[in-house]
Amino acid sequence: MRFFNDENSSLAQEIIGRYPKPRSAMIPLLHLAQEQEGWVTDEAMAEIAELVGTTSAEVLGTCSFYEMFKRHPVGKYVINICTTMSCALMGAGDLMKHAELRLGVKSGSTTVDGMFTLEGAECQAACTEAPCLQVNYRHQYRVTANQFDELVEELASSDHEVPEHGVLSQIRQHIPENRSVGAVPPEDVATAPVWLTENGGNQ
Amino acid sequence: MTGTPIPHAPGFIANETPRIVTARFDHEDSHTLERYEATDGYQALRKALQRTPEEVHSEVRDATLLGRGGAGFPAGVKWGFCPPGVWPRYLVVNGDESEPGTYKDRLLMELDPHQLIEGCLIACYAVGLSQCFLYIRGEMAVAQERVAKALNDAYDAGYIGKNILGSEFSVDIVLHWGAGAYVVGEETALIESLEGNRGMPRLKPPYFPASIGLYGQPTIVNNVETLSNLPWIVQHGAAAFTAIGTESSPGTRMVAVSGHVKRPGVYEIVNGTTTFRDLLYGADMCGGIRDDHELKAFVPGGGSAPWFTPAQLDLPFEASQVGPQGSMLGSGAIMVMDETTDIPAAALTLTKFYAHESCGKCVPCREGGTWLEQILRRVVEGRGTPRDLELLIEVGETICPGDFPHAAVPSEGIEAVPFPYRMTTICFVGPSAFAPIHSALTLFREEFEAKVAGNEHPTMIEVAVDV
Repeated sequence: MRFFNDENSSLAQEIIGRYPKPRSAMIPLLHLAQEQEGWVTDEAMAEIAELVGTTSAEVLGTCSFYEMFKRHPVGKYVINICTTMSCALMGAGDLMKHAELRLGVKSGSTTVDGMFTLEGAECQAACTEAPCLQVNYRHQYRVTANQFDELVEELASSDHEVPEHGVLSQIRQHIPENRSVGAVPPEDVATAPVWLTENGGNQ
Repeated sequence: MTGTPIPHAPGFIANETPRIVTARFDHEDSHTLERYEATDGYQALRKALQRTPEEVHSEVRDATLLGRGGAGFPAGVKWGFCPPGVWPRYLVVNGDESEPGTYKDRLLMELDPHQLIEGCLIACYAVGLSQCFLYIRGEMAVAQERVAKALNDAYDAGYIGKNILGSEFSVDIVLHWGAGAYVVGEETALIESLEGNRGMPRLKPPYFPASIGLYGQPTIVNNVETLSNLPWIVQHGAAAFTAIGTESSPGTRMVAVSGHVKRPGVYEIVNGTTTFRDLLYGADMCGGIRDDHELKAFVPGGGSAPWFTPAQLDLPFEASQVGPQGSMLGSGAIMVMDETTDIPAAALTLTKFYAHESCGKCVPCREGGTWLEQILRRVVEGRGTPRDLELLIEVGETICPGDFPHAAVPSEGIEAVPFPYRMTTICFVGPSAFAPIHSALTLFREEFEAKVAGNEHPTMIEVAVDV
């Protein structure tokens, strides 16, 4: 029983092929696993290990370092409220308290219906639009308590375009075969690129 | 309010300044290939390809383009650190913007991704870099979408890949994205992450991955804003670039001003000459402090930077002047605190950030950061003692021994200790946990003393036990 479905299996191969060393594909593949399942399962990590030529312990090592990888099921929508300085100065603390009351869970928990996971997050690079939050890593700016309530209602209905947790970019990079230079292991490259030598230089 | 992704990132406020990197931001379709090509797009690449790589490199070196990521190292000089004769060389684009207060690289990626791509191509051509990895912060789904679309379009149009525009120049640009870790913005940690590892900084030396970087090969790591300047420099020449700003800090900078100002936003300002006062009080910029309050303090260069007070308002955006005054320009992020701000609580919002983001490799940072957060938290919550204020300094000094940089306050007789700090850690995350505490304690000690006054012993939590 394979973890990745057929589509994602071929996508995984395409991603691995872009790097001079397969292990570099580890984080993109963990994202792909999370996209398929909503979180990163043991089965996913075992298969990624096979794909990039390492052990599942190594994959767990990398996976557990990064905040975005969830190793247990989370809500369909993960709401991250920024709590760092600029947002804190502009009322993020009150927004978090309001969010906890509105959703009925403490920061770090998931609602019983599995719809929402609420988290306090660190700086989200929207400091001039404080207080800000992200829903599945898509920003909302200058959020008031009322707007938070509206957002939650909208997410609970189906009238919005936020994809389920795990889906990041909805556009994938595609390198056309006839344009691709291709990734070569560094040990197989011994000379300067041709455009440097063509121009008579070898810096 | 809508739950749908916002198509057009807010934040940018256009002002009078020469516009180098934000010139297209006013157009709704600034991120498209059509708009880019209609506004001089990929002309710099064509121009570069007609010259030798050495000539393009010289142009960038002559422009004195200082790195816009935080360290401010000249990009052209950094490029020259690649050891001769060692191949292949790589380019890694640092789009992992996450320094508290910093909001500019995300704008550049969302609103003008082709400008960044063209910058990458120019760098690869000039230095002989055979593959480029564009590392975007994991939490930026919209930036990833915009850049992915731009890369696909640029490949189809023949700007990236094999024999670019019919020349001998061939390079792939691979979109890569992170998964949430501030420390990955440090360039050696970025490389570790790109190799599929935990994102921990590498031991130094070597100080620059240009000698030993990705897969042990020479690697140039450049920030998004730095690379976004390249098309303009190649198009208009180094002389035109150095004509803006000052000799040692030419060009423009994108600066995000957040917190208690009337018009928080991202501004492109003239480097070297614009002062903090121009930026915070200028009518075409932030327009003063909110509700006409008094300015209490501001963080001049991202969360890691020691704080300034109104005494430093007239300093220009010039590293050689800001450094001796005890801080740094860092990542172009100013966080403003007005007179109503609870200073110890504000410092806590930064210290907890760095404690949280410690990768755990260096003990002083891993343990010290957490201790600093815990001690400061009890002070802020009124559970601390006068001894805690000394303890904060003691713990901080295990991370940064010796005099810590801080701002001079002429009226209060505090002498500036110039940036940078000495540190017992590999990277700046550890000292950054101490920076806000040290600044706040040096400049506003009375606020801390008020919070601990009368507390002789740490308050124990009373636990009611029902039997």
